[in-house]
Amino acid sequence: MSDEERLKVLEEKAEELRRLAQANGLDLSAEIAVLEEKIAELKRALCLGISPWERVQMARRPDRPSGLPFVQALCEAFYELRGDRVVGDDPALRGGLAKLAGHRVAVLFHHRGATPEEQRRARFGMASAQGYWKARRIMEVAARLDLPLLTLINTPGAYPGVQAEAHNIAGAIASCIWQMLRHPRPTVAVILGEGGSGGAVALAAADRVLILENATYSVISPEGAASILWKDAKFAQEAAAKLKLTAHDLRELGVVDEVIPEPPGGAHTDFTGTVEAVREALLRHLGELTPLPLDELLRLRYKRYRHVGSTNSAH
Amino acid sequence: MPIRRDKRDRYVEIEVSAPQEPLWVRCESCGELIFRRKLQENQYVCPRCGAYFFLSARERVASLVDDGSFTEFLPPRVAEDPLGFADQIPYKDRLTRARKETELFEAVLAGSAQIQGIPVILTVMDFRFIGGSMGVGVGEILALAMERAAQERKPFVFVISSGGARVQEGVLSLLQMVKVVVARERLAQAAVPYVAVLTYPSTGGVLASLGGVADLTIAEEGALVGFAGPRVIEQTTGERLPPGFQTAKFALEHGMVDAVVPRAKLREELSQALSVLVA
Ligand SMILES: [Zn+2]
Repeated sequence: MSDEERLKVLEEKAEELRRLAQANGLDLSAEIAVLEEKIAELKRALCLGISPWERVQMARRPDRPSGLPFVQALCEAFYELRGDRVVGDDPALRGGLAKLAGHRVAVLFHHRGATPEEQRRARFGMASAQGYWKARRIMEVAARLDLPLLTLINTPGAYPGVQAEAHNIAGAIASCIWQMLRHPRPTVAVILGEGGSGGAVALAAADRVLILENATYSVISPEGAASILWKDAKFAQEAAAKLKLTAHDLRELGVVDEVIPEPPGGAHTDFTGTVEAVREALLRHLGELTPLPLDELLRLRYKRYRHVGSTNSAH
Repeated sequence: MPIRRDKRDRYVEIEVSAPQEPLWVRCESCGELIFRRKLQENQYVCPRCGAYFFLSARERVASLVDDGSFTEFLPPRVAEDPLGFADQIPYKDRLTRARKETELFEAVLAGSAQIQGIPVILTVMDFRFIGGSMGVGVGEILALAMERAAQERKPFVFVISSGGARVQEGVLSLLQMVKVVVARERLAQAAVPYVAVLTYPSTGGVLASLGGVADLTIAEEGALVGFAGPRVIEQTTGERLPPGFQTAKFALEHGMVDAVVPRAKLREELSQALSVLVA
């Protein structure tokens, strides 16, 4: 039995005891406490000493909190805006206007889908050109309405396809980066799962970039790096470590501002807790940024990205 | 280094080997053995079949600017090998080798120049330098050049030849996409024009950042223009690539560029464009 399966068994047992206690009016709190201690220990063990490669796998889990359910849980109200107004709509990159703790905001997010059918349609979160042209459009709406912009990132990368190229996906990604850098209000990005290459950076040119503990952000997938640089897919695990793509590596490189801790066992074991942790961090960063005058906001944004990598060193 | 094309007019990725200076060069497209000086005189376009060969950054500069007008900027100081990266070869060794082979500091060359009498800030990429990839050094050179163009109010010209991001610099290379666009915004604020010239290849993170947000975009006839390389698309999606996919003509037909010109006309085309961009 794997640790994850043992954890599930223990959790079911604890649940059973709680039910019994309630139904028969028994005092089983001592037994329940012992089980809960074991559960916490197992969850800690599952999270500690996780290798970069294991985090890559965690970040890719289809049950990782993200996408539309995440936004619906995060915001009190969400109204989706659809379509790029030229070619079509993309189910893998979505967005709209929302209320977050009473504040009006614009939200953009990758959506990977829950059912196999939805996942296929959303190409597992790989957005095509329409997705990025739509994102640019929603950024423009947000700029006109003077709204802060939040982005929630979880994508293996932008979709490499014939139609994507015909609709200028490179130009769409470039335009998103530019529009985000010009945004007249605070921008905050949160990497929830995979932050895959150009498809992620298009939504990550933000004033603050936050990341969940087991999420990743990388220029290329470890498999891609292994096949290009090592000429052998077997080296994916080694590439995962060398690319410095884990949340803590990224914090050290100065690429992200905050690592949001995940519940023991990983974000997928506690959807509500993960949403709450992200919500708390988002509101805190927005609270810091909102009082800044626009010229100061733009000055700090310029400083942050103008010198990225120029002065930092991992060693 | 020749660019090969297959029978269906798709561009085929090329192998980059150490540059040599043999007297005779074989065109990999038609098989013709060409006298090197003749190829040079023809701006590295095969006289028999019209296939394009790579131009080094220095050859490209010489082909575009008024004689003797190019003044190269000093290379900036940046963190080299910021991740301490090594695959089969330490990244530091790759850098050293690229510098020795190309006699360039990085995959982009920057300087001030005149094109038919019009002063410009010119940046030219060199594919021989680790595939023309953009890392912290390239990002820094481009950003400095744009800041200078904004300050001196000279048009900024960027000639692309790049396979994308410098993978060996990890996420820091990805973030150079943001760095060059934030500097590009400085040009816009100063109302200084920016002209992009797409050559073979203009792909990945360079096209999806600075290459994608020019005021005016010209593609050289032999260019490859696309976000994902042809091989990646085929492998990931299993799609068959249509004839002429990602060629300069494809880019023109799909509204991505303003003009497609043969290499021999590029200098003239640039000066015409610049003449309506500057007062
Ligand atoms: Zn030939």
